[in-house]
Amino acid sequence: MAESTMKPPRKTLGPIAWMRQHLFSTWYNSLLTLLVGYLIVTSVGPLLNWVFLDANFKGSEPGDCTGAGACWLFVSQRLNFFIYGFYPDELQWRVDVMFLLLAVAFVPQFIERFPGRKWLGLFGITGLPIIGYFLVPGGLLGLEPVETTKWGGLMLTLILAYIGILASLPIGILLALGRRSDMPIIRGLCVVFIEVWRAVPLITVLFMASVMLPLFLPEGMNFEKLLRALIGITLWQSAYMAEVIRGGLQAIPRGQYEAASALGLGYWKKMGLIILPQALKLVIPGIVNTFISLFKDTTLVLIIGLFDVLGTVQSTVTDPAWQNVAVEGYVFVAFCFWIFCFGISRYSQNLERKLDTGHKT
Amino acid sequence: MGNSMTEQAQIPETQSPSASEEGKPDIIRVEHMHKWYGDFHVLQDLNLTVRQGERIVICGPSGSGKSTFIRCINRLEEHQKGKIIVDDVELTDDVRQIDTVRREVGMVFQHFNLFPHLTVLENCCLSPIWVRKIPRKEAEATAMEYLERVKIPDQANKYPGQLSGGQQQRVAIARALCMKPKIMLFDEPTSALDPEMIKEVLDVMIELAGSGMTMICVTHEMGFAKTVADRVIFMDGGEIVEEAPPHEFFNNPREPRTQKFLQQILQH
Repeated sequence: MAESTMKPPRKTLGPIAWMRQHLFSTWYNSLLTLLVGYLIVTSVGPLLNWVFLDANFKGSEPGDCTGAGACWLFVSQRLNFFIYGFYPDELQWRVDVMFLLLAVAFVPQFIERFPGRKWLGLFGITGLPIIGYFLVPGGLLGLEPVETTKWGGLMLTLILAYIGILASLPIGILLALGRRSDMPIIRGLCVVFIEVWRAVPLITVLFMASVMLPLFLPEGMNFEKLLRALIGITLWQSAYMAEVIRGGLQAIPRGQYEAASALGLGYWKKMGLIILPQALKLVIPGIVNTFISLFKDTTLVLIIGLFDVLGTVQSTVTDPAWQNVAVEGYVFVAFCFWIFCFGISRYSQNLERKLDTGHKT
Repeated sequence: MGNSMTEQAQIPETQSPSASEEGKPDIIRVEHMHKWYGDFHVLQDLNLTVRQGERIVICGPSGSGKSTFIRCINRLEEHQKGKIIVDDVELTDDVRQIDTVRREVGMVFQHFNLFPHLTVLENCCLSPIWVRKIPRKEAEATAMEYLERVKIPDQANKYPGQLSGGQQQRVAIARALCMKPKIMLFDEPTSALDPEMIKEVLDVMIELAGSGMTMICVTHEMGFAKTVADRVIFMDGGEIVEEAPPHEFFNNPREPRTQKFLQQILQH
């Protein structure tokens, strides 16, 4: 190709020209611009005032909250309860270690060039849950046991969401593969499983897990409410996950299956090396959607008497000592959820970009 | 259509067809093979014996069952009656036997079917590493050798999506060759290509034919059939209508259906 010195025409505009073109191009555009500008000025200002400028950060008692702004004292005074629930103070270091490991494993995933990022991620989905299994409940290796009834707050939310997400993905993959299997019995079982679990509201699943299941189990085989809730959430979620992944599997052209077979790859290698990497990549948005909704659905454990972060806040805002702190409490909860869900979402966008090889067969 | 192009392609000094293959053992035997799609009888009583090193071209109108036929040879399609024996292994429901056959039979598809999430080199190494259990280093060296043979070693680290159709098909050929197969099946390898890319793929196939590979090729490239085939098979309506060496096939077709087909594709 001949080297061309011609450059594409410049498209940048000066700020005034840009505004003229985008904000004030017609009379109704100008009107809308002014209206929206007015709304922003009148709403964002007071909001900032409430959250920061007029807010109370110092002090230790309800009486220290003066002024018109938010009373963040309430949150900072009760923060320990919001994060750990009833987990004993002197043992909270165990949970802190888990928070730290969680951050070590996953925060580097957002930094493209972080050395050993892959290994940290791998640790996050293998070593981390194993360490957590020993550290958080205790009872082994000389660690003082802490009953699950004492767990609560953000810690409980993260445990439910993390284990739910981690376990539902592989189970979902197996269910999706099973539903597309040639073997009628396996296919039938997977279809029944998916259709039953998916058609039941999570609240029902949780009630069943906490109230009904113990009735059916033989005497003495009863296990903890938290574990039952976790199993319920995981199975319910994996039914959803299976359908999302099945969508991806169906989008892979038959030629890919045939090419893999023709090269002599058996079923599991064909699926693991060729089909699933492509199918999962296609449905990252759907998978992340499911993760995020699971993360938020963990708040429903409140109805079976587990206190997640929303539960702890809700039980405190009614404290008569503090007046009118409900808004602050719920804003704090919303912020907690937003941080994690936004993190998951950002990470998935990174992943999608990285995995894009610019080819749709 | 592609005649003139193949004729220009430099033809390696091929041994005089079929003569050298006399006395070589049979590598594929198809005996009274039938296949149905539901009630539709797609393949009817096919018989074919291929000797080692033979190059066979299968042609015929669309819907004649030629693709289905070669896809039966590595069991991408199942036959319901008769026998297919490839390299002394009979194709049955036994998955292990099927995998044994597939390891020895390479296939090139009309739509390339490269794996888009892997680079060209990874496409080529995947099966040697996972199926043949060859160490990665060695597999990569072999892959580069074959990529050089199909004349695209410089694209090794690109993804298939970044290549042209002709380049993709050459990668697909290299990928199949990396398994060091005894037989290569080509299922209309040039039909999805733009005209200017057909020649580069045919050149590679001609070179391969010259190296003594056993090849079965479904194609409409009559020029290719004339230059490299030991035998041309004409299929119509799920049957093998005629089977002859190329000069006989093109100059004195016996069957009226063959004559009609040749008239249709050669006159323009």
